[in-house]
Amino acid sequence: MVGICSYAGYVPRLRLNRMTIFSAMGWLNPAIIMNAAGDKAVANNDEDSITMAVAAGRKCLDYYDPSHLGAVYFASTTAPFKERQNANIVAGALAAEENIRTADFGGSVKSGTAALLSALEFVAAGSGEKAITCAADCRMGRVSSVQEMVFGDGGAAIMVGKDNIIASYLGSYSVSCDFVDHLRGAESKYDRQWEERWIRDLGYEKIIPQVIEGLCKKHNLQTSDFARIIYPCYYGGARKKINRRLGLDPSQVQDELMMDAGDTGSAHPLLMLAKALEDASPGDKLLMVSYGNGCDALYFEVTEEISSYQNRTRVSDSIKTQSELTNYLQYLTWRNMLPVDLGMRGEEDRPTRWSLAWRNRKALLSMEGTRCLECGTQQYPPQRVCVNPDCGALDRMEPVVISNKGGIITSFTSDMLAATSNPPAIYGNIDFNGGGRCLMDFTDCTLDDLQVGKSVEFSFRIKYVDPKRDTTFYFWKAVPSVEVSDNA
Amino acid sequence: MPKGIRDKVVLLGMGCSQFGERWEDDSSDLLLEAYQECIEDAGIEKKDIQAAWIGNHIDEISIGKGGCYLANTLHLPFIPVTRVENFCASGTEAFRGACYAVASGAYDIALAAGVEKLKDVGYGGLPDSPVFGQLARLISPNATAPGLFAQLATAYASRHKVPMEKIKEAITHISWKSHQNGAKNPRAHLQREVSESQIADSPFVAYPLGLFDCCGVSDGSAMAIVTTPEIAKKLKPDQELVKVKALQISVSSGEELLFNQWDGSGFMTTRHAAQLAYKEAGVTNPREEIGMLEVHDCFSITEMVAMEDLLISPSGQAPDDIVNGFFDLDGQIPCQPDGGLKCFGHPIGASGLRMIYEMYNQLLRRWPEDRLVKDPKLGLTHNLGGVPSQNVCSICILGKE
Repeated sequence: MVGICSYAGYVPRLRLNRMTIFSAMGWLNPAIIMNAAGDKAVANNDEDSITMAVAAGRKCLDYYDPSHLGAVYFASTTAPFKERQNANIVAGALAAEENIRTADFGGSVKSGTAALLSALEFVAAGSGEKAITCAADCRMGRVSSVQEMVFGDGGAAIMVGKDNIIASYLGSYSVSCDFVDHLRGAESKYDRQWEERWIRDLGYEKIIPQVIEGLCKKHNLQTSDFARIIYPCYYGGARKKINRRLGLDPSQVQDELMMDAGDTGSAHPLLMLAKALEDASPGDKLLMVSYGNGCDALYFEVTEEISSYQNRTRVSDSIKTQSELTNYLQYLTWRNMLPVDLGMRGEEDRPTRWSLAWRNRKALLSMEGTRCLECGTQQYPPQRVCVNPDCGALDRMEPVVISNKGGIITSFTSDMLAATSNPPAIYGNIDFNGGGRCLMDFTDCTLDDLQVGKSVEFSFRIKYVDPKRDTTFYFWKAVPSVEVSDNA
Repeated sequence: MPKGIRDKVVLLGMGCSQFGERWEDDSSDLLLEAYQECIEDAGIEKKDIQAAWIGNHIDEISIGKGGCYLANTLHLPFIPVTRVENFCASGTEAFRGACYAVASGAYDIALAAGVEKLKDVGYGGLPDSPVFGQLARLISPNATAPGLFAQLATAYASRHKVPMEKIKEAITHISWKSHQNGAKNPRAHLQREVSESQIADSPFVAYPLGLFDCCGVSDGSAMAIVTTPEIAKKLKPDQELVKVKALQISVSSGEELLFNQWDGSGFMTTRHAAQLAYKEAGVTNPREEIGMLEVHDCFSITEMVAMEDLLISPSGQAPDDIVNGFFDLDGQIPCQPDGGLKCFGHPIGASGLRMIYEMYNQLLRRWPEDRLVKDPKLGLTHNLGGVPSQNVCSICILGKE
């Protein structure tokens, strides 16, 4: 039997209230008021689909050793690279081994379930012990478009395996068709869509019931057998019609997170599944459906193991940890939709030296440092000569991954001179738990969140973008630890 | 124990250009301005110079690599010319090269020059460059010099349990004092007095440093010609001699950057270099024996912590000494009598030699009455290049007989 071992969702901290968009752009397209309720989750200026996939993947691996991963799959329609496997960056950041299978899934927002199905089949075939699917999307609509309103940024990860399963995988059913409701050419930045009435009536309302009914028929089930049915569809009217046609009680239908996040594309069915698992009970049957040029439907049954897992990680925490982005122009600036002037300091050329990045890939991707076998001193970046002045041993080191250790702040500042689209640049010195230290960028915080002695965790983020060579480089940043209260 | 070079090297002549935004001048013009004063003061001719060193930090926007730029500018006749770079200690490093050349007996007369042309960068502050190498660029924060030095304040406040308001008061006084001194100096970049409230209320550049906590980004050059005491006495029988009493450099070992003992509230290098320099100069009680200071006030906070690292102020007491006027021009140990980096300006490669130039002229009592340090005794110069966790410190002590 194969199934889900762990799950995690990642909703970025920033929220753009949809009325903020409407206030700025309603004059141009008043009809967007129809979609102006709730918040759109917005990736920070140093986040993209890779970093959000990593954020979800790391949470998913919280209690697992990444060396057990046999495959790392990345799913997104907004992968930063066309050539240079995105999944390898994700796998590196997760500190996975290099003798594993990696693959990128894309081309449709059902790529998240395509990757998950491949992961399940990878484990079922005995190809490896565990496989993780990390999905994330950061889709863009044009200014004042419906897509700008309904799309949200986010990620989710599901790890599958054969042992300690919290939800058994029992079957699937797929429908694949060239239904072109949404479209983005290879060179296009923005989503283009056909008439919404057609998308709603012939897309969601026809294809989703078709796949659900297909799965039920294939596995001899009734929709009433499912404790939860999870499907993405941001048209409220269409959801009602689908529920009615399938005879679903509203309590059976998983909330689509439109008020808190928006449609997170490839990640969305996985994010909704993670949220459903958070509240699931042993014995619950779950039906998960993706939607995008067809549908995948996956059928799970929750096991007794779920109860021990549910306290560990909660999508709700990620949803609750939020801060409002009040300035629509700031959002446009971060998405390169406004020709702002960052000053000449921001124009300095920074080519990436790929041979150097290769030699140091473990230090850069998973923050692998060294620990001295003679004196035990942990140090980063990797040293050959021990930095402890009382030791100084040469080549007596073992590797140690620092990215999951966290640390404490020993000094900090906020810098108005540094070139950034998110001023001020906040950075400081972090002493790692277990030893060693590094001067690091901070992210997802303000100066007021910082004090000497405060705990931080590390988050894999965009270090810089090189527009001249269309390249993004990633590294870890410090984020002040957040205590999430239990009061929803 | 090494003997050092105490009293083995004498300043034969010095020169210093006007510092400031020298929009119409090249590095060569700045060098020639310092050279004319220096060679005249030394009373020798170009052909008497046997070896030369030039300190320069940001070569890519000014003089380029190697020693050719200086040799070409002065048309030095095929003598050895070496360009040295060691962050903000580059000028003092050039001076060290010349001093060691003379002290070793390899040469009789050597020249040390420093120059920096920063106002061709095109934007404020120092240009962005991968100063710690390409791997560090991929790891280090998106930082600027003010942000890196500003962290001394948060770390100092935490270590000594001093409220940030007290630190702000002290560093405000530091900048106020430098403006007072700079206002009297016709060669300084910034020659205006400012009020303490103007300084304290200036906009933040990097918390808690405001605009007036940051030194000027300037163009300029300074130069020294050194020789042995014997030759100096022959060449200038009637002049008092200013001698090098100590010259020390200390470079971070990586301990501050990587090991967890340093708390970020001061400079391990300065402490190390200061102890060695006092020993070389025979100073046992620096607070009593040092008469004046030119320290590296790239930011006011750097000057504040330097007072403790140089063992002048007791640990945790620098803010009190500062606000009590201990380092004012009429205080016990005037610090930055020429206006410091803050107001004289900071053309990086020239700064170390500019500080030595001030000590030299103070010791020879060449300045007008209102700029003179009452009892200069020994003068100490201090450069701190790089960033608090990775830096180069140079210390030079100068005195008469």
